Amino acid sequence: MNWITNYVRPTINSLFSRREVPENLWTKCDECGTMLFHRELSDNLNVCTNCNHHMQISPRARFAALFDGGIFTEVKVPEPIVDPLQFRDQKKYTDRLKASQKATGEKDAMLVARGEIGRTPIVACAQDFSFMGGSMSMYVGNAIIAAAEAAIAAKCPMILFSAAGGARMQEGILGLMQMPRSTIAVQMLREAGLPYIVVLTHPTTGGVTASYAMLGDVQIAEPNALIGFAGARVIEQTIREKLPEGFQRAEYLLDHGMIDRVTPRGKLRDELISVVRMLMGLDMAVLADLPAPTPVTATDSAAKGAAKP
Amino acid sequence: MTNYLEFEKSLAEIEGKSEELRTMARKSPGMDIEKEATALDKKASDMLTNLYGSLTAWQKCQVARHPDRPHCKDYIEALFTEYTPLAGDRNFADDHSVMGGLARFNGRPVVVIGHEKGNDTKSRIERNFGMARPEGYRKAIRLMDLADRFGLPVITLVDTPGAYPGKGAEERGQSEAIARSTEKCLSIKVPLISVVIGEGGSGGAVAFATANRVAMLEHSIYSVISPEGCASILWKDAEKMREAAEALRLTAQNLKELGVCDMIIKEPVGGAHRDPATAIANVGKAIEAMLGQFTSKSAKDVRADRRKKYLGLGSKGLAA
Ligand SMILES: [Zn+2]
Repeated sequence: MNWITNYVRPTINSLFSRREVPENLWTKCDECGTMLFHRELSDNLNVCTNCNHHMQISPRARFAALFDGGIFTEVKVPEPIVDPLQFRDQKKYTDRLKASQKATGEKDAMLVARGEIGRTPIVACAQDFSFMGGSMSMYVGNAIIAAAEAAIAAKCPMILFSAAGGARMQEGILGLMQMPRSTIAVQMLREAGLPYIVVLTHPTTGGVTASYAMLGDVQIAEPNALIGFAGARVIEQTIREKLPEGFQRAEYLLDHGMIDRVTPRGKLRDELISVVRMLMGLDMAVLADLPAPTPVTATDSAAKGAAKP
Repeated sequence: MTNYLEFEKSLAEIEGKSEELRTMARKSPGMDIEKEATALDKKASDMLTNLYGSLTAWQKCQVARHPDRPHCKDYIEALFTEYTPLAGDRNFADDHSVMGGLARFNGRPVVVIGHEKGNDTKSRIERNFGMARPEGYRKAIRLMDLADRFGLPVITLVDTPGAYPGKGAEERGQSEAIARSTEKCLSIKVPLISVVIGEGGSGGAVAFATANRVAMLEHSIYSVISPEGCASILWKDAEKMREAAEALRLTAQNLKELGVCDMIIKEPVGGAHRDPATAIANVGKAIEAMLGQFTSKSAKDVRADRRKKYLGLGSKGLAA
C-alpha cells in the first residue's frame, strides 16, 4: 500500500467529502433556510454563515480541519464479527450496513486517526452521525479501545467527537455492552495519566452519553448540540408536561453544571490545542494554521487517491 | 388470586374450572368431584410445563415483568440477614427505586444493591416502577465505594425497565450518573456478582450489571431497548413488539450464548411467580457458587477478571 493513501489533504478532501450534494452546489440551512454555497459552507466547517447553526460534519472533513496541515494517519480498528444476531427488521441489518457504508464511504460509525494539532501529537476519534445515526456498535467500541491503545502507545492525549442516537439496536445486547467496553478504554487512558477530552456534537444521546461521552477529563460541547439520555418525546409522554425551551441543549447543560464549556466549531481547534498542552504540561503553542508536520510533496493525483475511494 | 398473562388464557380456564369444582364440593359435601378436579389439575400442570418449556421471546418479556414475580425486596428479605439499608446520594435525595445497604449473605458481610419495582399501586409509585433517577446510581456508586474500601463483595439484583426519563433526571445528569456507576462497577477491587431477576432494561441495567459474573433467571431478559421501543423505531409500529423481542435476542438463553450471561438460574415450572420461595432459593445457591469462584483471587485479579470479560465480549455471535 502506498504510504500516501494514509494521508488526506484538506483542500482536496473537502472537495470529495460532499457526497450528500454531488450535483447541487447549494445547501439549505435546516435551521434558518438560507441557501448556502457549498464551498462557503465547507470553508466555514459546515456552520451556517447566516445563523451560526452547526450542521453535521463528516469525521474526515473534521479531521482535515483539525490536524496540522490536514494530515492524519488512520488508526486501524479490529473488525468485529458482522451481524452477530442475524438481525432483521423490515430490512436486514447487513443491508442497512452496506447502504451506510456505500453512502459514507466508511466502514462504520467511528473514524480514528493520529496526528498533530498545534504540533501536539494526539489521537482523535470522530463519530459519524450519517452512519446509522452514529450508533454504538461493536466496531465503534473496538474503535474507541484501539484509539485509547494508540494514545497510550504514543503517550499522547485522546480527543473524541461524539455524535450518536445511542447503542445500535441491530447488535442488541452486544451494542449495549459497548458501554462497559468503552468505559474500560477511558480507564486505561486515566491509568496512563493521559488526558481524555470529549467534544459533544449534535446529537449525542442514549447509551453513548451514558458512557464514554460523559467521562471526559474536560467536556466541551458545540453550540446548541442536543445532549441527553432519554429522548424529549419519551420524557414528555412520561411526565405529561411540555419541556422548557432549550432543554437538553448544550447551553442548558452548561447552565446545569453538566459540561465544562460550549465552544463554536471555528474556535475548537485552538481551544483543544491549548487545553491538551496545558494538561500535558507543555509550553504554550503558537496558534495558527500550521502546515503538515512532515512536508508532503504529493501531486494532486496522489492526493486524489488519498481522498476516500 | 393468580394474575394470568395473555398467553395463559386456556390455562386460566382449566385452573378456574378446577377451582370452581372444589368450591362447589365444599358447599355440598356429598358431591364427588375429586376425580374430575384431579384430571383438570393434571391437564393444567401439563399445559403449564409445555407453555413454559417453549416460551417465545415476547412471552418471556411478559413473565419477566409479571406483577407477582419476586422482586429485589423479596430476595433481600429471604437471602440476606442483618440487612441495613444505607440511604442517599449525599447530594440531592434518596432514590427509593434503588435498594441498597450492608447485609450478610450466608454469614458473610456484603453490600447488596438492587432495583425495586414495588408490588402494589402505592409501593410502585414510591419505587417509581423500578426506574432510577441519577440519585439512585449515585447511591449505588457510594455503596460500591464503601464495599471496595472494606473489602466486601457486592451483589446487585437487576430489575428495571430502564433509567427514568424525566426532566429533573436529565437536568441532574442521568447520563453522567449511569456512566459513573458503570465505571465504578469496573474499578472496584472486590468481587461484583450480578443477577438479572426480571428486566434488564438498557443503560439502567448496565450501571449495576457490569459484574465479574452475570447470572440470569431462566425467564428474565436483558436488552439494549424494550421490544416496544425497538418496534416503534425500526418497524414504525409499537405493536410489532413480538417481532422486535425475537430479533433483539434478549432472553437469558440468547445472552448465555453470546457470553454476556455466565449462568442461567432455573425457575420453578410456570415461572418464579408461581413458586417464589424456590426461585429465591435457586438464586441464593447461584450467588454462593459465583462468589466461591473468587475466594482465592487477589484484589488485582478480581478487577482484571472483570475487564477481561468485557473486552472479550463480541468474539462470538449466535450460531446460524
Ligand atoms: Zn442558518
